[in-house]
This record gives sequence, C-alpha cells and structure tokens, in this order.
Amino acid sequence: MRLKTFPGGIHPHDEKHYSAAAPITKFPSPQRVIVHLSQHIGAPSNPIVEKGETVLKGQLIAEAAGFVSLKQHAPISGTVTKIGKFLHPTGAMGMGIEISADGKDEMIQLGDEENFLELPVDVLKERVSNAGICGMGGAGFPTFVKLSPPEGTSIDTVILNGVECEPFLTSDYRLMLERSEDIINGLKIIMKIVSAKAGIIGIEANKPDAITLLRKLCAKERGINVVGLKMKYPQGAEKQLIYATTHRKVPAGGLPMAVGVVVQNVGTAVAIYEAARYQKPLIERVISVTGPVVKQPMNLLAPVGTLFSDLVEYSGGLTQPLGKAISGGPMMGFALPSLDAAMIKGSSGLVLIGAKEAKSKAEHTCLRCARCVDICPMNLIPSTIANAVKYNDLDMAVKAGLNDCIKCGSCAYVCPAQIRLVQWIDTGKIRYAEAQRGK
Amino acid sequence: MNKNDKLIVSPAPHVHDKTTVKNVMWNVVLALVPALIFATYYWGLRALLLSLTGAVTAVVCEAIIQKLRKVPITVNDGSAFLTGLLLAFNIHAGAPIWLPIIGAVFAITVGKQVFGGLGNNPVNPALLGRAFLMASWPTHMTGGWVAVKGAAMSGINNLSHIATNLEQLSPKAYELVTSATPLNVAKSLRDSSFIAEINAQAGGIDLGGRIFTGLTEMETLKSLFWGNIGGCIGEVSVFALLLGAAYLLYKNIIEWRIPLFFIGTVFVLSFIFGGLPGSGTSVMLPFFHIFSGGLMLGAFFMATDYTTTPLTKQGRIIFGIGCGLLTIVIRLVGGYPEGVSYSILFMNVMTPLIDRLTRPKAFGRVKK
Repeated sequence: MRLKTFPGGIHPHDEKHYSAAAPITKFPSPQRVIVHLSQHIGAPSNPIVEKGETVLKGQLIAEAAGFVSLKQHAPISGTVTKIGKFLHPTGAMGMGIEISADGKDEMIQLGDEENFLELPVDVLKERVSNAGICGMGGAGFPTFVKLSPPEGTSIDTVILNGVECEPFLTSDYRLMLERSEDIINGLKIIMKIVSAKAGIIGIEANKPDAITLLRKLCAKERGINVVGLKMKYPQGAEKQLIYATTHRKVPAGGLPMAVGVVVQNVGTAVAIYEAARYQKPLIERVISVTGPVVKQPMNLLAPVGTLFSDLVEYSGGLTQPLGKAISGGPMMGFALPSLDAAMIKGSSGLVLIGAKEAKSKAEHTCLRCARCVDICPMNLIPSTIANAVKYNDLDMAVKAGLNDCIKCGSCAYVCPAQIRLVQWIDTGKIRYAEAQRGK
Repeated sequence: MNKNDKLIVSPAPHVHDKTTVKNVMWNVVLALVPALIFATYYWGLRALLLSLTGAVTAVVCEAIIQKLRKVPITVNDGSAFLTGLLLAFNIHAGAPIWLPIIGAVFAITVGKQVFGGLGNNPVNPALLGRAFLMASWPTHMTGGWVAVKGAAMSGINNLSHIATNLEQLSPKAYELVTSATPLNVAKSLRDSSFIAEINAQAGGIDLGGRIFTGLTEMETLKSLFWGNIGGCIGEVSVFALLLGAAYLLYKNIIEWRIPLFFIGTVFVLSFIFGGLPGSGTSVMLPFFHIFSGGLMLGAFFMATDYTTTPLTKQGRIIFGIGCGLLTIVIRLVGGYPEGVSYSILFMNVMTPLIDRLTRPKAFGRVKK
C-alpha cells in the first residue's frame, strides 16, 4: 500500500492497544449532565430554558447566539437544576446547563427520511444547523458554517478525517469499523451540500482494517477514495491532511476552502447523516476512556454532558492512583484539575495516566539542538519563537512563525531540554493579540 | 478515587520523547569511547591519562564556577566532561599533563561559563581551548609528538617503496616521513623549494613525487583508516570515529547534513586541487584528505555541536560546506598543515548570520 503524508512530524507510541479492540458500548443514561454553552468556536449559546423547567431528551435548550455559534439540546430527559458555572473540559470554568435525570429517558419525536440524499441543499443545511453539530475532532468549529462557503468560493473536494493521530484515542477508529456506512452517507451529504465532486477518507496506516473495510464499501461509490496515510503525528491536522491527500497547501492565515476543500471528522459525518435522515440533534458521541490506569478501557457512546467521573466509574474505576486526567489526546488535550468536568461534543477521549508517568521534568536551557526545527510540520523555528516570547520580542516571534503555529505540540514532544514550547508560543499568541488590539 | 488526590495540571503535550540533555551528552561521550580505546592501544595509558585529566578538570572547573555563580550545579549532564574530553582529544600523546588541565579550564571558563553556560556559548568551547593552547604553547602543541609503536607517523611504513636506503639518500626526506604527521608531510611537499632540496640531496631522483605517491597509496590509507599514524589522541583512527558517528546517527543525536557536506566538500575540493603543484590528481587523493588530520573527529563530533551550529536545515548545509572549504584552503594554501578546528571556529561565529539568512518560510506562506 502506498502511503501518503506531509513533511515533518513525529512518531510517538500510538498506545491504541488499550481500547482499540473494545466495541462501542452504550453508556446507560446518567443521573446528571452538564450541557456547556461553549462547546464550539464562536459565541456561547443562549439558554432558552430556566431552572426548574422539565425537558425532553433532544429538546432545544440553548439557541445559537449569532452565525458562528451553536444550538444545544438536552441529552437526557429531566429537570433543569442549575444554570451556572461548571468545570469545562478545557480545564477552565464555563457556563453550562445542569439537567437532573427523571429516569424516563423520554425523547422528542424524530423523523425518518429514507431518501435523505434527495432533500434540497437548503433543507439539509438547515437540518445540520438545527442539530447543533460542530466539528467532533476537537476544535469544534460549527459545521453549518463550514458548509456555507461564501459566495464565489467553489469547493471541489470533501475530506473526511479518519486519521486519529493522537495517541490512545480509538473512538473514530471504532466508528469507522462499526458505522462505516453511516460515515459514507454523511460524506455524500456533505458533498451534496457543498457540491463537491470528489470525496476522500483519510485514514492512518495503523488502522488497516478500517482502510480495507471502507475501501470495500466505497468501491462502488463514484468519486470517493479512501487514502491510506503514513503513521505520523500530526497527520490529522487539517492543513497537513489536506496536503497529504491532495497536495494542496492552505495559504497561511487562510481556510481550507481557499484551496477548494472542506474537511470534516468521521464522527461529524455520522452526526450529519443522523441529522439529515432522522433530524436527530447531536446529543451523544463516542468517547474513548483509556490509559494505563483505567481498569477496563472502553469506547463509550455517551450523552453529551456526562461527567468524566461517571465514565471512569463505568469503566471499572482506576487500578492505580491517578496522576493526570487528560480531556482529549495526550498531544493537544487538556489536563484537568478533577474528574468533575463534563464531556462536550468535541470530547473524543479521556486519557488517564498514573502518578508516576504524569510527572514532568524541569525545563533546561535551550541547547539549540534544532530537533524542534527539524520536525515542525509548519516549517517554523519553535525554539526561537519561544525564546523571543520569553524576552518579550514579539517582532522576532512573528518572524520565526508565531502566527503560523498550529500548536500540535510536536516540538515540545521532542525537546530534550523539556522546554514548554507550546506554552511559550501560546503566551506569545495571547500577547500578540493584545498588542494588536492596543494599536 | 480519593477526593484529596491532587491531579497534575500542566500544558500539552502530556507525552514526551525519552531523549534528555543528559542522555544526549553521555551518548556522545560513549560514542567517543572507541577512539579512546584505540588511542590507549596505540600510545598506552598516557593517552588515557591525558584524556581523563582533561575531562575531569572540566567537570571540576564547571562545578566550582557554578558554585561561585550561585546557580545549580549541573555537571552530571555530561556536557563539561564532553568538552574536556574533546579538548584532550585535540592534544598529542606526548604533551605534558598540565596542557589539558589549562586547556580545559580555559574552555570551561572563557569558552562556556562567561556566556552563561550550556546553550549560550557562541563557539565550541573545546576548540576555543585548543586554539588558546596553540597560541600560548605552540611548541608543546606541535612538538614532541610520539610515534605509534612500530609504525611511521606519516603512515608510510614501507620506505623502500620510495627509495632504498632513504636515510642516507636524503636525511631531510627521511626525517619528514618518519617524524611528521601525514598532513605535515603533505604540507611540506607543497613547498617547491623543499622538494627541490630533497630531490637535489637524492641526486636528481623525484623524491618529492615518490613521497607524495607513498602518502596516497593503499597501504598508507589503511594506516590512516586504523589510525597507527602520528596525530592527536582522539583524531587518528577513522575506523573508531566512524563507529561512534554511526551510533550517534542511528540514535538521532547528530544530524547527517553537517558531516556529509563538510566531508563531501573536502572530498571534492581535494580531488580537484589536492595534487602536487604541476602534477595531476588521483582518486586516492580525496581519501587521503578525508582520512587524515582531525576531519572525522571535527565533522562528526565538533561541527555537530548543537549550540554553535545553525538551527535550519539549509543553514547546516551552508555550515558544512563552509567548514570544508576553509579546511581545504588552510590545508593547501594556509600556514598550518591542518585547518579543521579553525574552520569550525570560524563557521561557529558565522552561525547567527547563517540562521538569519536561512529562516524558513512557514508551510503555506509564499516567498516574497
């Protein structure tokens, strides 16, 4: 098999063995969920329910607050018990709606449009918007916005991201094996909406069975190709995936649509299919609960808003004292202060690491070894950016690539001096934004 | 989970490659062990003693300075040990014991700690130490060399190939091929008046040409490869150095660009310009040049020093070519027989400029 890839990148251990073989298991309806109002990039949603109100599963509870925003639905039936601040899976505090279950799990009426592909584009788009779907790979960009390119932009290719290059995570992998037809249907819907002729499903080579299965299913589909990709991090980063599969370079500061491409995660494709066919809102997703200290690593289909502590308990608890709980993958995910955070639509994994492995070493001075330069997938000089930020030289930081950094963490991964490069660069991005505002 | 358990909150990434500064440095030291073993085999415990003296002095000196500077003592990271060892590797086995001591102290203080320690020095401290010794005690650095037991320092072991009874035929030529390093011989032969003199001594035989041929024949190249020739402690055995270099390349500790372009430039230029004035070239010539002197030690172990070499890939190519070019210029035209260390020092100084000129364009940015 000829594998495609991008320049640069690293090879961390993929650690998929913990949960790769675990089929998707339905998580029983939880006692309590927290629906965050900021699950996405854009304005936080506006709650339209009040404390004490009873809601049905799937009922709209928060409206989009503008074009780049998202609708939120109740993932379980029950009573709204609090609207306030809760621990967000990024580690900060954020506004959310708490719902306590009534145990009935009563759902709103769904439809079933068997000929969903025949629906007009406007209707399909509206259904995606109404379902409150955002990118489920992690960044959480509202899908409806991605599917509405501005007048005059032509999209010829839709790429489904089945790379899952973050170590440990297997939720997309399980979806590709168990929901393969729904993924392909989702892809066809997206292709129809943006009127693209070509569809590509990009999958990393460590999932050969997913590649084989999807290839078999796509054999009779016109214009859809399954592309095997080299196992290399960050293969699933949008710009890197586009380059690997189409050889197109997204211009700096630009969006994929600038090169005629729309990228969606495979999980998002499933949600789009369910929205188009059943008008089902996005209220549940598959999350990998995995890592060396979880008793029974699992891929759980859980309601959005389920508490991480409930997921851990359902997975049999911990075998050793917990050192770090990572929301997302270990390369770009967030270390949580406690397991009291609730999952959001972009939560692809919860990685649990023991106390010993979680310890990080002290920062050493930079040796200028250039490992970070050699592997940077964006062709930047991370060490120079970090150093410039440290000494408050923003001009230098920008010259060395501050604004082009995708924060994939590859540089910090390879740094023998353990320099927190991403943290420095992130600090620089914030200072730069402040300086721009001040002008 | 116990509610009181504290979780670690730190920025991503939460997984890390196992490589640390410490294991990089000690791995380089490990890669130099074959060269040290060969040196000890050739020159006895004296070579080992001088090497360890350099290394230990550097460690002690760094610890004292860090204590005085009131900064954490980090000598166990191996970098001072490595600097001291490399410095001693640039001294010959007949040198007095105080030479590596003074050199190591200079390398650590002036070469490294005054700039703030590891990662901040502008030039390679070991090479700076060597340059200091060369400038201060040239007679100790270049005189009193010891031959490897049972071998000629020039690497030409079979003198009858050049002339029967060379000692009587031309004492000067005999002196040259028995008591000077291969590069010294090559340098002397670039002097046409020297050649005229020994040729006249030998009654008109082209002694110069014969010695030069002897220098580049297979037998001599073998000596150069194994290292039973005259030279500094750590530089003589190409085989031992390549063994160490292969290990470092395999472990991804050094990167191939600088050594390849350094050695490659010397190879190409010595093929074109390396012959005796007026005579043609030969395929043996470039091999003579890359196997002799401090090139292997310099290209793999000193020109690859992280701190003093360019960050960018393109920059490393320029750095390597620059080192090779200067080495050949010094060897063929300059006043010294060998130019590896000065060319690396010179290119070290050029590094910030090279980095600025080769700043890469970010993925997706168009060249302006």
